[in-house]
Amino acid sequence: MGDPLRFRDDPAPDEPGVSLDAFLNQKDATSVLLEAGDDVRALLPELGRVRLVEIDFPRFRDGRGFSSASILREAGYTGEIRAIGDVLIDLVFFMRRCGFDSFEPDAPFHPGAVDAALSRYPDVYQSATDGRVPIWALRHPQFATE
Amino acid sequence: MYKYDEYDQAMVDARVEEFRDQTRRRIEGHLSEDQFKPLRLKNGLYLQLHAYMLRVAVPYGTLNSRQMRKLAHIARKYDRGYGHFTTRQNIQYNWIKLADAPDILAELATVEMHAIQTSGESIRNLSADHYAGAAPDEICDPRPWAELIRQATTFHPEFSYLPRKFKIAVIAAQEDRAALRWHDCALRIIKNENGEQGFEVYAGGGMGRTPIIAFPIRAFCPAGQIFSYIQAILRVWNRHARRDNIHKQRMKILVHELGEEEFRRQVEMEFEHILTLGRDFPQAEYDRIAAHFDPPPFETGLSEELDRSDPDFALWVDRQVAAHKAPGYAIVNISLKPDGGITGDISAEQMELVADLAERYSFDDLRSTHVQNLVLPHVRKRDLHAVWQALDAAGLASVNLGLVTDIIACPGLDYCSLANARSIPVAQQIAERFADLDRQLDLGELKIKISGCINACGHHHAAHIGILGVDRKGTENYQLLLGGSGAEDVSQAKITGPGFDETGIVDAVERTIERYREIREPGERFLDCYRRVGMDPFKEAIYG
Repeated sequence: MGDPLRFRDDPAPDEPGVSLDAFLNQKDATSVLLEAGDDVRALLPELGRVRLVEIDFPRFRDGRGFSSASILREAGYTGEIRAIGDVLIDLVFFMRRCGFDSFEPDAPFHPGAVDAALSRYPDVYQSATDGRVPIWALRHPQFATE
Repeated sequence: MYKYDEYDQAMVDARVEEFRDQTRRRIEGHLSEDQFKPLRLKNGLYLQLHAYMLRVAVPYGTLNSRQMRKLAHIARKYDRGYGHFTTRQNIQYNWIKLADAPDILAELATVEMHAIQTSGESIRNLSADHYAGAAPDEICDPRPWAELIRQATTFHPEFSYLPRKFKIAVIAAQEDRAALRWHDCALRIIKNENGEQGFEVYAGGGMGRTPIIAFPIRAFCPAGQIFSYIQAILRVWNRHARRDNIHKQRMKILVHELGEEEFRRQVEMEFEHILTLGRDFPQAEYDRIAAHFDPPPFETGLSEELDRSDPDFALWVDRQVAAHKAPGYAIVNISLKPDGGITGDISAEQMELVADLAERYSFDDLRSTHVQNLVLPHVRKRDLHAVWQALDAAGLASVNLGLVTDIIACPGLDYCSLANARSIPVAQQIAERFADLDRQLDLGELKIKISGCINACGHHHAAHIGILGVDRKGTENYQLLLGGSGAEDVSQAKITGPGFDETGIVDAVERTIERYREIREPGERFLDCYRRVGMDPFKEAIYG
């Protein structure tokens, strides 16, 4: 499967993610794997020790992981969030906006496709966890400073 | 109406290029149909029985003449010379080639139109009151909020892969002309006791195989916080809906399973959190959008007089023309239910004629309705006769608004790959049976709605008299339902009993209506009569 595609400068955590239940019971674990149906908020009290959250997409149409990643970033988590499973290139733009910063898809992306997907839209209509300035703020420069 | 700025245009243009790339990957075999399907659905492209069907968004049912002419051009160049207005105020083309779809989207983009989020598991194109900005009973024009929500929910990163579709409607009047509470998220703009504007919010409505009327989830949401509230609803649903059974993934099912109280509690908790993120658009942006919807420069001192000496014209005026908020003006309803025609269908020539009329007589403003008709919202009363003559010459002056032949019907088995039965011929036969206008007028308001399958695109659950086509051992069979409403007196229709074949259902409708005629009280609508006497007298008439 090769190395994950990362948008971070720090070394990749090498500890494989354990299940949420196992993570909550193993106080020295630092990587956790969230299934689509897991309640990400159970992880929030433990965020201090988390280095990597893997979020599984069992089918690419299952969008629960977008909310899981968003909730982690809204809670102030700055560690790595990795999308794994049935991750298609067409999801990557939205995933980046929700706070995913690494990708390990079942079927590797075509080279060059990621840049194209991420640069497709010049702007965004709404703010999200990625801090991009939304169009409404660009229209009213008094709001455009993040 | 709203005008794109360079940001809006760039987003739509980017979407066209993205879809061009996806279509190319599909045609070249880099994407499987399974992978391509959700991508094309996000651009309104369905694979139907005979061809691809493209659903183009008409945001909150508002069009200008330039857009309508482009729709006519697309009908002529890429389809078979006509289009079909839907029950969500959009327009569909039935005979599209996949390879043409990117070019069609590019053409639409030149007139500030698109097919973004008109299908698939996404936040769908918003619907709204088709009399917005013209209705005497509205507290404000709901379209600025509709446009703001449109932008806020376009390409929303967290909510682009939802459990199922999510439909929003917005109105600002007492009278409900938008089938409000049949939506997942229904918004009515109100003023609270302090005179502040906000939203009455309903959640969890929907038709389909499990019809549920949206419940009042919040009595008042401050206007400036509505995007946060919608996101809270979406997040609770996105996180907790089932994902294992496509028939049980709509939000209404989650609301039903959790209970209204628990669903509301979770939404309120999420709302409190999301408010802290500062995601709502500021007042300045609302003001910018709202300026696009300033009332047109209505003339003052116009006469209210109307020359009614032509009886056919007078008949049309009495049925198709509604009161306007500005003195001397009127709202014109254009029927897309001509004798023997197909509900909601309109030819390229008719589109161009309507575009001309909108430009010349209605401040370049044109609406589509969820009842599959069109509206010229701002016509001077003194121009009504000229408008009527032009419509009449184009076969668009049918007199049947709200009457028994103003039938809603889905495309059914003539087009749709999901359908079990044909809807169009049933609608045509009922219309033929009741073609006599005196008979129609005597029967008064009577809303017949026909769906060719359980998905209920033809709104049969919300019909005074509903018809549902089903497949019964390989033959088309039609169930009859009574007592539904999509108006402010919302209710869900109930099945009368065993179904009928194609001729039988038309007879059953007629027997139902004849029984109503026998037992109604003076001036009593069919729906009120049904509510007074219940199902039994009708069952007796239908089944003997």
